[in-house]
Amino acid sequence: MPDPAADFKIKENQDICRPVLDARDITVTYRTEKGPLHTVRNVNLQIGSGEIYGLVGESGSGKSTLARALVRYLPANGILSSGSVHLGDTDLLALTKAEMRKVWGARVTMVHQDPNAAINPAIPIGEQIAEVARIHLHMNKNDAKDKAMEMLNKVRMPDPESVARRYAHQLSGGMLQRVLIAIAMTTNPELLIMDEPTTALDVTTEAVILDLIGELMFEYNTAILYITHNLGVVARVCNRVGVLYAGEIMEEGCISRVFKNKLHPYTRGLLGCVPRVDANKKDISLKAIPGYIPRPDQLPHGCIFAPRCELVEPACEEKRPSLIEIESGHLTACRRHEELKKIGDVVADTRESHEEEAEYGELVLDARNIKKYFPVSAGLSSIFGGKGSEVKAVDDMSVRMRRSFTMGIVGESGCGKTTFARCIMGLEQATSGEIELEGELLPYSVAKRSWETLRKMQMVFQNPDASLNPQHPAGESVGRPLILLRDMSRKQVQERVKELFQAVNLPEDFINRLPHELSGGEKQRVAIARAFAADPILMVCDEPISSLDVSVQASLMNLLVDLQESQGTSYLFISHDLAAVRHLSDWIAVVYLGRLWEIGSAEDVFVPPCHPYTEALLSAIPIPDPDIRQDSIRLKGSVPSAMNIPSGCRFHTRCPRKIGPICENEEPPWQDAENYHQICCHIPLAELRSLQGEGLIKKPQSAGGDSK
Amino acid sequence: MTSYLIRRIGFILITLVLASIIIFSVTQFLPGDVAGIILGQFATETAIANLREELGLNQPLHIQYLSWAGGFIQGDWGNSLTSRMPIRPIVMERLGNSAMLAGMALLIYVPLGIILGVIAALKRDKLPDQLISGVSMAFVGLPEFVSGLLLITFLAIGLEWFPANSSISPDSTFREAFPYLVLPAITVSLTGLGYIARMTRSGTIDVLRTDYVRAADLKGLPAWQVLIKHVLRNSLLPTVTVVAMGIGWLLGGLIVTEAVYGYPGLGRLIVFSIQRQDLPMIQACSMIVVAVYSISNLIADILYGLLNPRIRVGE
Repeated sequence: MPDPAADFKIKENQDICRPVLDARDITVTYRTEKGPLHTVRNVNLQIGSGEIYGLVGESGSGKSTLARALVRYLPANGILSSGSVHLGDTDLLALTKAEMRKVWGARVTMVHQDPNAAINPAIPIGEQIAEVARIHLHMNKNDAKDKAMEMLNKVRMPDPESVARRYAHQLSGGMLQRVLIAIAMTTNPELLIMDEPTTALDVTTEAVILDLIGELMFEYNTAILYITHNLGVVARVCNRVGVLYAGEIMEEGCISRVFKNKLHPYTRGLLGCVPRVDANKKDISLKAIPGYIPRPDQLPHGCIFAPRCELVEPACEEKRPSLIEIESGHLTACRRHEELKKIGDVVADTRESHEEEAEYGELVLDARNIKKYFPVSAGLSSIFGGKGSEVKAVDDMSVRMRRSFTMGIVGESGCGKTTFARCIMGLEQATSGEIELEGELLPYSVAKRSWETLRKMQMVFQNPDASLNPQHPAGESVGRPLILLRDMSRKQVQERVKELFQAVNLPEDFINRLPHELSGGEKQRVAIARAFAADPILMVCDEPISSLDVSVQASLMNLLVDLQESQGTSYLFISHDLAAVRHLSDWIAVVYLGRLWEIGSAEDVFVPPCHPYTEALLSAIPIPDPDIRQDSIRLKGSVPSAMNIPSGCRFHTRCPRKIGPICENEEPPWQDAENYHQICCHIPLAELRSLQGEGLIKKPQSAGGDSK
Repeated sequence: MTSYLIRRIGFILITLVLASIIIFSVTQFLPGDVAGIILGQFATETAIANLREELGLNQPLHIQYLSWAGGFIQGDWGNSLTSRMPIRPIVMERLGNSAMLAGMALLIYVPLGIILGVIAALKRDKLPDQLISGVSMAFVGLPEFVSGLLLITFLAIGLEWFPANSSISPDSTFREAFPYLVLPAITVSLTGLGYIARMTRSGTIDVLRTDYVRAADLKGLPAWQVLIKHVLRNSLLPTVTVVAMGIGWLLGGLIVTEAVYGYPGLGRLIVFSIQRQDLPMIQACSMIVVAVYSISNLIADILYGLLNPRIRVGE
């Protein structure tokens, strides 16, 4: 099968004679109480037909504002204070609001970030596509219905007829995103703006949607503005990329040049933050970008990136450099780009292991055969003898963890990762199984555990906004476990809180701040400090970094590694971000539908991946390097409901390597590989290995490379 | 949807049974003895004893309750203690009058409240919103005897557009009653309007902020279509509940308004029978009010379900 991604990338170098979108000198200003804020400044943007232009940057860089300005859909207090926007021959700024409505949905369409929120919950799916056809294509009711069906087929929607009649709450996130794409493509628009279209999706679903976008663009020749914070996604689907920082473009060019030469320190910074699937904490430490994006009213005088730049020199701070073209189509706003070329490709620091491969430490946690079934209420019918069924959220999972050791748990959302962690913590009462902490058998419920046990186990939650009391100053949140669990005096507590803030790299005066005065990353640091305050031996981290920007993610991951090294704490690290898990974990457990399918050292599990599910997860990760070719193993559909678990091997309904009826009828056996690496699959280990060759990720030395 | 409906109806039946028990027992605790009330203060002990026997008042309470409730279901609501007339025709007549007033008021304040609420939401924090929110809140706070008297002063006595007194004969048809209904209906609407407008405003503001409304805008749908099809369908859900709760209030709770205009509605009948200690009448009226509340809530639930596919079609 030809690789569509390869085909459409051929277009990368084609000349764009006449851009579909031609936006020049765009400046967006928000009127605020503190005066005007110029959120986007002097941005030029040209996108040709059939081109996918990636716009990347941290949150707050002005990506979405720029996109909304281009289609003249700014909030009431935002204005396009300078610049011009042309769509083909049309000057968009000259149109009235009513004329703009004829452009929206017809010539420019948009796909939003959260598909669950972007589809009207009260209107059937089919109608939401058909209404576009009626308005813009002037179709009658029946033709519009047919068109809706055609579009659902175009986006490879399984069972389109029934989907058209259904409502948003009956579809999965991936299916809803297909619907949004179908709506956007109905009128065959000239420009499609996608604002983080896959950010809310699982990595496996993301991969499928990205493939779909690539295929459709090949077919439709639409110009696409693709907004994302994920450089891996850019590398996978885009032809050209613009790096936006604090409202200005820092670097722009075609994918291969930008990713290879990286002629701006910010681009380098962003790439250095991303953990790699082929290395972990022992090999490299991530390079976080220090500091934060400046507010538009507090921009530095010279280069706006200077305060965070490693290569800064006095001249940088004097005059703001303009965006200049280095070679055809490759622009940078760094005045030291020549030197950057020489510095070459050093992105991540290699790391010296402080200790030689230590032998396994003593056993900290031994959780055996944990099960958690949630009863499903049958409502009133239970009075009439109806029987509630059960959701088997966790169905027989076991892990063992040793001292100063990180166990990563990966799997798609809804596979039971979080429930498992909550059972260990006692926040959910396990249905059955045994949880042993340092040899002591623990009660299921946190309420029945001793203070000492509580001290030993701490948790960092995904959303720091919800896990910190908004009324308590940060220092008080951190101090509470010291008082409650460690019996410290007021004075000792003060001292220790200061130390903890230092340990998580927060300035001392943050102690008195309330959570809303802190950024997301800072809040998560406070949450980590609070967890460490108890001096735990085991810390459960449930997606602690997923809601944060890449640069913040990197600094938090480094922090976790450093703290582990100094404190000897063990982490149970849960994430759907496989690269992050790979970076942090010594040992990885792969979970699907409440069960483990593979467990072993990070190296053994990922390089090469053996279990078909691990393989699919890995091949889905978008890697921020356009030269890397990945196998495209895609999973069909979404995780089945835990109320209705498939027979035999639970993965057989989606397994790309299903071998036959045995998968449907028999539970697969555990197979032991060397190094305590275990795999649960019907396919013999040797065969699984041979399917992989030298591993998933290959750097093709010459163009082409073998496809599979 | 079916199981949802069955559940709702089940709840209503339970509500009615519980309410009937409460109503029955409360009337037992009221001061005075039924037989004594009927016969007046000069009755002899024997006469009272005989009447008690006759009325079944010597039987155990649960037997009394069952025979009362059974009779009620079968349509035998007993006779009024004051007028000795059968209760049912009286109550039904008054209920009909109250329904006319309620219908009239609903026709005025529900559409008006929705329109004002939507305008306020669309012009959020601007002058129209501040006017609508401020004025409608003022009316909610204004007691009906004040607004009623003001309306009578200006519209009835001053301009002579409508009659000042609405004491229609109990068996009037809607056509005959119409001119008498306008002022009380406006009075009631002034109170109801504020609630509807507020609810609609906040519901609409919430929905206007959603991604799907942004998406609908950017689909290029005409603005009115975005509003009606994408916004209102979702934003009126909470308003539906408020309207339904209003029906119960309109039918049984308009004591002040009915008194101001002398309108023969259910509210005044209740007050009247309480003053006369007319126990069977109190019981019947209370049961009717409870039934009206329950049924209007059921209607709200059904409407809610019809508008909200998450309830209509399960997961």
